[in-house]
Amino acid sequence: MAYNLSFARKVYKNAEMGHWIKMCMQCGVCSGSCPLGPLGAWEFGPREIFQRVRAGKEEEILGSGAMWMCTSCYNCIVRCPRGLPITHIVHGLARYAVETGKVKPTQPTARFATKVFWNNIVKTGRVGEAALSMHLYFIDGIGTGISNVLEMKDVALGMLKSKRLNPIPFRGKIKGYDGFKKMLDKAFELEKK
Amino acid sequence: MKEYSFYPGCSSEKMASAANMENSVHHMCEILGIKLKEIDDWNCCSASIGYAGGGQLPRMALTARNFALSQAQSPGKDVVATCAACWLALRETQERIEEEPVVKAQLDTVLKEANLTYDGHLKPRHMVEVLIEDVGWDQLKAKVKKPLKGLKVAGYVGCQTNRPFGVCGDNFEDPQYLDRMIEATGATAVPFPKKVACCGGALAFSENENACKLIKEILQSAVDNGAEAIVTPCPVCQLNVEVYQGKVNKMFNTRFNIPVLYYSQLFVLAWGGSWEQAALNQQVVPATALQRFA
Repeated sequence: MAYNLSFARKVYKNAEMGHWIKMCMQCGVCSGSCPLGPLGAWEFGPREIFQRVRAGKEEEILGSGAMWMCTSCYNCIVRCPRGLPITHIVHGLARYAVETGKVKPTQPTARFATKVFWNNIVKTGRVGEAALSMHLYFIDGIGTGISNVLEMKDVALGMLKSKRLNPIPFRGKIKGYDGFKKMLDKAFELEKK
Repeated sequence: MKEYSFYPGCSSEKMASAANMENSVHHMCEILGIKLKEIDDWNCCSASIGYAGGGQLPRMALTARNFALSQAQSPGKDVVATCAACWLALRETQERIEEEPVVKAQLDTVLKEANLTYDGHLKPRHMVEVLIEDVGWDQLKAKVKKPLKGLKVAGYVGCQTNRPFGVCGDNFEDPQYLDRMIEATGATAVPFPKKVACCGGALAFSENENACKLIKEILQSAVDNGAEAIVTPCPVCQLNVEVYQGKVNKMFNTRFNIPVLYYSQLFVLAWGGSWEQAALNQQVVPATALQRFA
């Protein structure tokens, strides 16, 4: 694969931990350590992602589901012989795909992480597990929502019975919510610069 | 009485998914004479998938607020987390504050918006580190009143309590601390090749079938090695490996029905606590194998 650093330069500058990709020697220990590898869940492991970044495959990488298969198990990070923060680089690329709008809107983990999970936190300051699950199950409308709920009914009943699920899906905001929100707004503003 | 600042995290709230951990940890610390002073008005750490919705600064801002509150409410006290992801967020943010002056300066600016400050000197700890380093193995063993003799347990360390920071210098590929904890209660830690394998984490929500394939391997390994229960320190491991057993059974035509517990539940029971104090009444898969010790 021929080098074309046009995309890589953007990644080095704009993606969290992206500059570390320069150091990758393509040994493949990261890809070989990924728990999702043997399941055939991704088209590229970290090694392949990094080489494609260096080959200028911008659309292919940012539109790919590969980064979104990261479970954050940190196997790759502790095994990388060069000590690269592989997990964080992959997360950084995933975030960069969101920022640039190149992520596919139907990518399940991207959608869950940004539309459901992050919004859930920002709304009150803490995760509301019941609201989180309901939002996710009904994300494609009422029809699939009901079938999702039916599929999860045994789990939900078990959780309710063991008092590990609050039947009231709404929660109040943390006391310092105004300051919390201002902090986040400021953090996003600084990050944009 | 030794006192710590305590960051329980969202899953340890009342009627949340790790309420069984929270309840048993509470009683475990009571028996040990440890006071956990909860950080008042803490917020979510954004867990392992927060990176997608927030970049590095918004993500670290969440944790910086928790540090700032802890510093104001319990000056100088170590910040103890029981949740793997909470602990990881604390460790990562603390490390970057210490090592990257730019990050520290940015977080100072961000904290000012909420009239908060953090001088950057608190020490994040995991509850298992407190048990091993501050309480010590001798005490953990000396507290045993009802040895869980004959109980065969698979010690499932999982990912984030192990990687990338590790616990008490244990190695990443075959950490020993959890097996030692199991043995400290009088139970037997069975060989468990999936000890540090991933349960799928947050992908159990968005890639459920893939996560169930990983969970199946973990369950299979525990059962094949004769375990009657799986024990873990991680709330996501506990939840995924416990509540998806029904789904796994449907997918693979298997019959898994093995309780998945927290180390704190084993300790409370072995130290003479009741079934309820050990929160063993809060299991989705009933902890039948432990009934003989109740």
